[in-house]
Amino acid sequence: MSLTDGDIATIWLTLRLATTVTILLLLLATPLAWWLARTRSWFKGPLSAIVALPLVLPPTVLGFYLLLAMGPNGAIGQFTQALGLGTLPFTFWGLVVASMVYSMPFVVQPIQNAIEAIGNRPLEAAATLGAGPIDRFFTVVLPLAKPGFITATILGFAHTVGEFGIVLMIGGSIPGETRVVSVQIYDHVEALEYAQAHALSGVMIAFSFLVLLLLYTFQRKRKAVGMTYGR
Amino acid sequence: MKIIKWLGLIVFSVFTLCTEAKPVHVAVAANFSNSMKRLVTEFEKTSDYQIAISFGSSGKFYAQIKQGAPYELFFSADQAKPDALQKDGLVIANSRFTYAIGRLAVWSARSDFANTIETKLKEGAFNKLALANPKLAPYGAATLEVLKYLSLLESTQSKWVRGENVAQTYQFVSSGNADLGFVALSQLLGTRKVKQGSYWLVPDYMHHAIKQDVVLLRSAEKSQGARAFLDFIHSYKAQKIIAEYGYLVTLSSYEGQSL
Repeated sequence: MSLTDGDIATIWLTLRLATTVTILLLLLATPLAWWLARTRSWFKGPLSAIVALPLVLPPTVLGFYLLLAMGPNGAIGQFTQALGLGTLPFTFWGLVVASMVYSMPFVVQPIQNAIEAIGNRPLEAAATLGAGPIDRFFTVVLPLAKPGFITATILGFAHTVGEFGIVLMIGGSIPGETRVVSVQIYDHVEALEYAQAHALSGVMIAFSFLVLLLLYTFQRKRKAVGMTYGR
Repeated sequence: MKIIKWLGLIVFSVFTLCTEAKPVHVAVAANFSNSMKRLVTEFEKTSDYQIAISFGSSGKFYAQIKQGAPYELFFSADQAKPDALQKDGLVIANSRFTYAIGRLAVWSARSDFANTIETKLKEGAFNKLALANPKLAPYGAATLEVLKYLSLLESTQSKWVRGENVAQTYQFVSSGNADLGFVALSQLLGTRKVKQGSYWLVPDYMHHAIKQDVVLLRSAEKSQGARAFLDFIHSYKAQKIIAEYGYLVTLSSYEGQSL
């Protein structure tokens, strides 16, 4: 049983989605994780809880609310329409926004843990040597917290690839636009096309195994802090 | 020995209690959920049996039943899956019948679409057209037939958004994300009167009849509750409820009754 053209198209779309989401999340999550790691504000608790919420809410429920919120009558929908972008559901960028919400904790938390583990000393030392905040971030924080960033990248990417419930709710299964691998497998199973479901699932399992193997091999080598996911 | 006797008595009484209170497990296609809730309410008024309903997609139920899921009755959204279960030898002979025939409606939640839905569909004056995935849902397959009949298959294809089933198609339209959607008439009638927008009832000559069959499964061999519920579904009273919810019913169920 080999993959059909439709299956291969879903694989490419999934990789495109996961790459886009990971890059955008790293840009967004880094300042957020930095703030969470360094702040003493009362707001740290509530914000951490909000970031972690997608770990708790069923994806289909989250997807349903996003469908309402991104719709023409929802808050996000009103905003995107005002910007002249139309509405997000059933579009690739709609999936990007939804996946960013869903994978956020997997990117924020490893980076936050890594930054917290650095502590104040190296930063204070750099400051006394006259390094500005931006300089400090790139020359001190980034190299020291690198393992956290790598973990965040791998987890964010893998989590987006495996995401299903939200895409099902707001995607509309449009080929080349919103039909990703997880939805395609589900459709195969629902249509009783078990052979095709097995083939595509096999690809997914092999991919996930390799990603996680990479992560754990890297962790063993590093023995770094803030990298204790799944152990 | 006394202890053994007591233990035996306890086990026996627990066992009888369990069998007394055991509900009838029924698997129901998602499009029939409104009607089924009402039917169960009516049935339980006059019967001692309790019904436990699971709603979902027929395809999933088929797979689960093949793997030994403990459902006693299966209300499918089509005839194909009861057919397949029969061939697999999982169905009690002569139990199968068509409990409802689905009707398609094109629905819009937009108030400015009132009374112009047919025109809007034919002119392509809409942003998205929601439909149930034709590969998975009988309502989706019927939708394709209607679009073919109206020669709209090619012109609308770029605007399709597929729901996994009619329940999701309904969400796409009700949330305002799709201007138009092919849903089951039963979703718009019954307890949930059309809250928003309006619909165009698709004439039934435009597609094959969406015949929905129910079967009594092997696991219900000894279940009197399941048989009682199936008898109730056959009754004039139940068929009348099903018709109220926007389904056609086969006249044979109305035997000897004047409509």
